[in-house]
Amino acid sequence: MKSQKKNIDRRSFLRTSALAGGGMIIGFNLFNACKPQVKPAIDISKLNFNDFNGFIKIADNGMVTIFAPNPEIGQGVKTSMPMLIAEELDVSWDNVHVVQGGLDMDVFQRQVAGGSQSIRHGWEPLRQTGATAKQMLVNAAAAKWGVDAKECSVENGVISNKKGEKLGYGEVVLDAAKLEVPKDVKLKDPKDFKIIGQDVQNVDVDEIITGKPLFGIDFKREGMLYASVMRPPAFGQKLVSFDDTEAKAKDGVVDVFQFGDKIAVLATSTWIAMRAKKSLKATWKEDTTLESTEDHDKILLDLLAGNKFETLRKDGDINKAFKEADSVLERTYESPFLPHNCLEPMNFFADVTDKKVELVGPIQTPAGTANRIAKELERDIKDISLEMTRMGGGFGRRLYGDFAIEAALISNIAKKPIQVLFSREDDMADGIYKPAIKYKISAAIKDSKVTGYHLKEAAINSNMYGLIPNFFPAGAIENYQVDIANYKSNITTGAWRAPYTNFLAFAEQSFFDELAETMDVDKIQLRLDLLQNVKGTTDERIQYSPERLEAVINEAVEKSNWGKVDKNTYQGFSAYYCHNTHVAEVADVVMEAGVPVVKKVTCVLDCGIVVNPLGARNQVEGGVLDGIGHAMYGNLEFKDGVPQSTNFHNYRLVRMKETPKVEVHFIENEIAPTGLGEPALPPASAAVANAIKAATGIRITKQPFINASEKIFG
Amino acid sequence: MAKYKLQVNNKSYDIEVSEDTPILWVLRDHLNLLGTKYGCGIGQCGACTIHLNGEPVRSCSLPISSVADKSITTIEGISEAGDHPVQLAWKEIDVPQCGYCQAGQIMTATAFLEKNPNPNSDEIRDAMHGNICRCASYNRIEKAVAKAATANS
Repeated sequence: MKSQKKNIDRRSFLRTSALAGGGMIIGFNLFNACKPQVKPAIDISKLNFNDFNGFIKIADNGMVTIFAPNPEIGQGVKTSMPMLIAEELDVSWDNVHVVQGGLDMDVFQRQVAGGSQSIRHGWEPLRQTGATAKQMLVNAAAAKWGVDAKECSVENGVISNKKGEKLGYGEVVLDAAKLEVPKDVKLKDPKDFKIIGQDVQNVDVDEIITGKPLFGIDFKREGMLYASVMRPPAFGQKLVSFDDTEAKAKDGVVDVFQFGDKIAVLATSTWIAMRAKKSLKATWKEDTTLESTEDHDKILLDLLAGNKFETLRKDGDINKAFKEADSVLERTYESPFLPHNCLEPMNFFADVTDKKVELVGPIQTPAGTANRIAKELERDIKDISLEMTRMGGGFGRRLYGDFAIEAALISNIAKKPIQVLFSREDDMADGIYKPAIKYKISAAIKDSKVTGYHLKEAAINSNMYGLIPNFFPAGAIENYQVDIANYKSNITTGAWRAPYTNFLAFAEQSFFDELAETMDVDKIQLRLDLLQNVKGTTDERIQYSPERLEAVINEAVEKSNWGKVDKNTYQGFSAYYCHNTHVAEVADVVMEAGVPVVKKVTCVLDCGIVVNPLGARNQVEGGVLDGIGHAMYGNLEFKDGVPQSTNFHNYRLVRMKETPKVEVHFIENEIAPTGLGEPALPPASAAVANAIKAATGIRITKQPFINASEKIFG
Repeated sequence: MAKYKLQVNNKSYDIEVSEDTPILWVLRDHLNLLGTKYGCGIGQCGACTIHLNGEPVRSCSLPISSVADKSITTIEGISEAGDHPVQLAWKEIDVPQCGYCQAGQIMTATAFLEKNPNPNSDEIRDAMHGNICRCASYNRIEKAVAKAATANS
């Protein structure tokens, strides 16, 4: 990822239109600094609302509709991004109605849910949008009164002048829409925030708790058919032939056909489609190698032992450091493939006709997916509309539009509106998994100091992205090198919540504990001492702030009563920086019936200004538990290309009784906010492993923990 | 195909489907009651939990042929205005992240609190153990069940 700093050209920032029936629409042209041209004003009366992306709508009664620009996967941006607009618009949150914006690829550069970047990217432009709209409304009121706009003030959507006269936003909105867009609006000082920093409930909570149809799977269309797809059972297989006699004979089955190496069954209900698919008799043949987990284990360990590496970062001379070392510590850490297992299985609606391509469903990358579908169907992108629904989880799986493309292809063949739904078995077996990854970490110790650090990664298909080698401990150790190697597999892999760092944090933060034990120094002090070396660095590649990481570590020590808990509680520590957020976590473990049980995790984060503390804590609680759950139980193995877990009876997800209490603390400051969907997850597993080591004396280096040692979990 | 009469949320429905059709898909595809969710299809995740004569059951694994004459309640039927004490507690604690599992969680919680109006923490954790929340909002689910119990008493 490149530097995210952008200059916002405010002249092209907004487009406004008066609504025929009263009110004003303000389209906020997010992230348009990348676009050279300014779009002409649009005649709103000729547009369907869905043709816009994000915008503000102010009704003449003062009610404000804010369109949430980014896809909602449970990370809370449908609530928190509109809060940024409402804050600067100076309206009461009670008068705000939030609606999911549609896809507008002309306007948005980043309409994506991924990388914990929505709030970070939206912080400036969304507040600018609100502030600019507010200024126009004030200007309109001032003109009406014949006073200077500077003499007016706003509170909760009501403008006042010095004489005490008042005008509501709704009363001046039509005049405001005709005004020129002001250039240099001033944003609020954080100490004046009224909405940002307040606990705001999820804007969809009422619909969720009453079972309203919000999700992709809930989308229905008159005459829609339900599609169930049979895909190759093993990675590396292709379709030879199939017999659909039995399937076609079933009541309610409308059509069965092949597309690519897949077979689609179309029926009048989900159940009929799923059941008919099971009755298909298909023959498959080996196309490429059918791979197994034991092959991968050997391949990755061989890669780590070999010399086919690409170097991502090299400081000093590690060879010299290791040669001159008093002692060397070397450890290998191993992690399996993981499916995402969004609780709402992959699904999408498509209606492809000669005139248009209509797509509706849960997708983290609406623009990219619409583009891919245009290519697949050889259609003009203008023919394609895509409506984003709320998503029953994302975790990275819904970055990939494979399921939406399937829906489009099927509808294109059938010439009917259809909905593709993966069964849970499909979802687990046709995944785009977190790849199996192994790390070997070596440290050179001389004169009681860490003088060399060598991190090697061996991964399936792809390696850590370019910024990661500049995370801690980069810059803290004089001789430092990060090397990567990979093996190309036919098993599909991709981003899984906090890609790479989800396991790298486990490896490194476990290693630092081992290093401290080897050096016979305090575990936390070792990390703090290393951070001192980074302070004042002139190395612009370094991504983290040593001061902010130090602060969360110290706060976690304090809040967790580190070292001061009762003798039956064993604590484990971990601190990590990723996704622009600094985090420290302490896990408290007790032995119950001879087995270590995690009772509490204390988590301290510095994500800058916390936009919505209620939602932010939810992300952190969930992120910590997700990290622990997958480290404990997550494991997808392959045998001859076939995933060995098929559903939740043989793939274990963390459940209520296995979850500790999570205590969340944020560092208070006025720094621009960063994301929270991912960064709480990576440090959690090492905190637990380090606590288990303290409790049992056994060091876990391989996930899932549950398989690590019979001596621990029986 | 066979004809069935169903009682759902105190309303009567006539329906014609094959006898092995799970209630989940009858609710979703035939009655347009979409609050009950599909998660696994094998009774492991709890997203499809409904009440059958007041008992929590997994509608994905319950064929229509086995529910004749029994009364079904879904998330849409536990209150008129979304104001069941469990729903109110869910809202106040702001439990959902993605929200997909929450209807099933609420259905398990309401049936549980009917039987045990004053549960302790261990009993809550036992009762809710069968419902998966992939976002792991478990801390808040536990808090919300406890809160709803207090509101009941």
